[in-house]
Amino acid sequence: MLKAKTILVALTAVTTVAFGVGAAGDSIEMKKKEWQFDGPFGTFDRPAAQRGFQIFREVCSSCHSLKYFKFRNLSGLGYEDDMIKAFAAEYEVVDADPDEYGDEKIRKGEPKDAIPAPFANENAARASNGGAFPPDLSLITKARADGPNYLFSLMTGYVEAPVGTDVPEGMHYNKYFIGHNIAMASPLSDGIVTYEDGTPETLDQYAYDITNFLHYVAEPKLEERHALGLPVMMFLFFMIGVTYLVNRKIWKPVKEGKTLWHHGDD
Amino acid sequence: MAHGPTFEPKNSVLKWTEERLPIFGLIHGSLGPGYPAPRNLNYWWNFGSLAGLCLVIQIITGIILAMHYTPHIDMAFDSVERITRDVNYGWLMRYMHTNGASMFFIAVYIHIFRGMYYGSYKAPREMLWMLGLVIMLLMMATAFMGYVLPWGQMSFWGATVITNFFSAFNDLYAGSGNGDGLGDMVVSLLLGGFSVDNPTLNRFYSLHYLLPFVITGVVILHIWALHIPGSNNPLGIDMKGKQDKIPFHPYYTAKDGFGVFVFLAIFAMVIFYAPDSMGHPDNYIPADPMVTPAHIVPEWYFLPFYTILKSFTIDFIITAKFWGVIAMFASIILLFFLPWLDSSKVRSAQFRPVFRFFFWVLLVDLVVLTWIGAKSADEIIFMDIQAVTIGQVATFWYFFHFFFLLPVLSRVEKTLPLPESIASAVIKDKA
Ligand code: HEC
Ligand code: HEM
Repeated sequence: MLKAKTILVALTAVTTVAFGVGAAGDSIEMKKKEWQFDGPFGTFDRPAAQRGFQIFREVCSSCHSLKYFKFRNLSGLGYEDDMIKAFAAEYEVVDADPDEYGDEKIRKGEPKDAIPAPFANENAARASNGGAFPPDLSLITKARADGPNYLFSLMTGYVEAPVGTDVPEGMHYNKYFIGHNIAMASPLSDGIVTYEDGTPETLDQYAYDITNFLHYVAEPKLEERHALGLPVMMFLFFMIGVTYLVNRKIWKPVKEGKTLWHHGDD
Repeated sequence: MAHGPTFEPKNSVLKWTEERLPIFGLIHGSLGPGYPAPRNLNYWWNFGSLAGLCLVIQIITGIILAMHYTPHIDMAFDSVERITRDVNYGWLMRYMHTNGASMFFIAVYIHIFRGMYYGSYKAPREMLWMLGLVIMLLMMATAFMGYVLPWGQMSFWGATVITNFFSAFNDLYAGSGNGDGLGDMVVSLLLGGFSVDNPTLNRFYSLHYLLPFVITGVVILHIWALHIPGSNNPLGIDMKGKQDKIPFHPYYTAKDGFGVFVFLAIFAMVIFYAPDSMGHPDNYIPADPMVTPAHIVPEWYFLPFYTILKSFTIDFIITAKFWGVIAMFASIILLFFLPWLDSSKVRSAQFRPVFRFFFWVLLVDLVVLTWIGAKSADEIIFMDIQAVTIGQVATFWYFFHFFFLLPVLSRVEKTLPLPESIASAVIKDKA
């Protein structure tokens, strides 16, 4: 058994090295939040994510797109089909096919559509944002180290620039952004979005809610993954037990020193 | 030597088949009761079959991913996202394949170190060892090209940085200086153009699909070569009589079976609970040739070699860059000569205390090389020492170990007395 233990220690060491180097990141200490989606049993905080969706529509969507997120994906946040249709119908989208005269066909949004991007292309986006490009946010919590905590920190990280620092024209000081000068003005502040369920309308709450929503957008299969993980792990641990016992039984005569090879002339 | 009883089927259908194609006999004699194995193999001997399992997993998940993947620079990133979002169990296939590559390297690296520790590379297993190294080189090529396929920022910039090193071959033949040197030709052959672009993606995809089957072929040769001398063992001495041997089946099939489930459990934990932990966040940003990431790093399993590549900073006869490329290839190629660099007749480190000490030093050295590989050259590690300096010391030690220490050591060291036989060493007296 001692050998099995050495192997386990070695494997842990190897994986730690592997994980450690992957995590080599920035030195700014981020705010650490408790997220309901963390851990092996994590699930999305649906009410928070729904409020986050509201924030996205009312605030972020005027500058950012969300191209991998389709209205139909809202079902994963607990919305009913008719509500999803209603959300989609609030938007006008350009159909992929032209109309019968060959002109662009504008129609009401459907569940299969993404929220229409606010700008026609990157140049248009830059022109409206002082030269900066508001990135698509579909994968933002996976495209930054420790993404959810980073997003939360970024949203709440607009502070007074330390004395002596020079914030260029059109830039804003953010404690957590690389280089600190970000072209996006603080999009959130107390009271900016009106909640209907009585949740406090504070910056911290907004940041928490938008992070929950955007993490759902980035990793929509998280709950399915966690749900499948449990039975798979249970099966594998069960099989470890079974094969361990079978192996021990089979090896008994070997351990007892019996001769078990009975062929050939040697 | 490694021959057991022949397979004589009783069932008439089996018999009919066997007379025309002796496939059951082949299985019987290579993985079944007909293959004699030493009775004392420890758990480090599980990693060969685990590597084989990884290869199968990579091929199966890879073929399924290929059904949905689009190898075009405008669609590759989208198609991968679509796989994880809209294809049934696509997320599972993708996470198995990306993390499976890491698990494959973990298994193979442990497998190689097992061979180094117990002297499995020594006669009569040199061919086996060299075929293993061919597998490792092919795996590296496959993984490098596979990483480019999702067309994220790290895919693009990793490929750009690494292939750019090959322009160092201009040192051999510079041409007119207008892009017709040897290095330029090598680079444009790799990339299908002057920079990483759609032709690069297409040829990498084509080769990424092909190479695993080449690997499969070499694995068959590898196992064939294994079955000539049979397995080495922790004592490093040959099997001499019946009492040293046990049939592969059921003993090692059972033991490998247990190992498989332990390995799969660790693999599953990564897939289900930390699927992005071994990747780089920048690869979730679509490739953009106009924006260079702050910090370009290859996958963890290339880091030791990346450090060696970057450790040469002074031009000397040829450019520093060319030294780096030569050293990186040399660091792997030299392993082909290991059976001759180490001339000791004693195989197992158990009986070579000094060799054993330096084996562990080498392992630490590789951990250092890996760790430094993820840092930028000028990062201060402690006091005033930069990452590049530590990398240079570790690179020096790596070559020093193989080119100086090992040849000298294997000639002068005092080895411990070897046991009479496997059985006499491992069977405790029951009297
Ligand atoms: C007025 C336009 C505007 C609005 C509204 C806006 N953003 Fe931005 N955002 C930008 C711009 C411009 C950038 C690019 C900043 C830069 O690169 O300096 C940006 C960048 C970002 C980034 C990337 C930061 C990084 O690490 O690179 C995130 C995350 C982000 N925005 C989140 C949000 C969220 C969440 C909202 C809604 C609460 C929001 N933004 C609303 C304009 C906007
Ligand atoms: C796809 C990758 C590989 C597969 C599938 C594979 C498979 C195997 C298998 C099944 C065995 C027998 C079981 C064992 O002894 O562990 C074996 C033995 C061996 N392999 Fe590999 N292998 C791979 C890569 C390598 C590499 C990269 C090396 C080293 C350079 C290597 C070196 C050896 C040696 C030396 C043995 C004999 C071990 C002994 O008897 O001590 N293998 N391999």
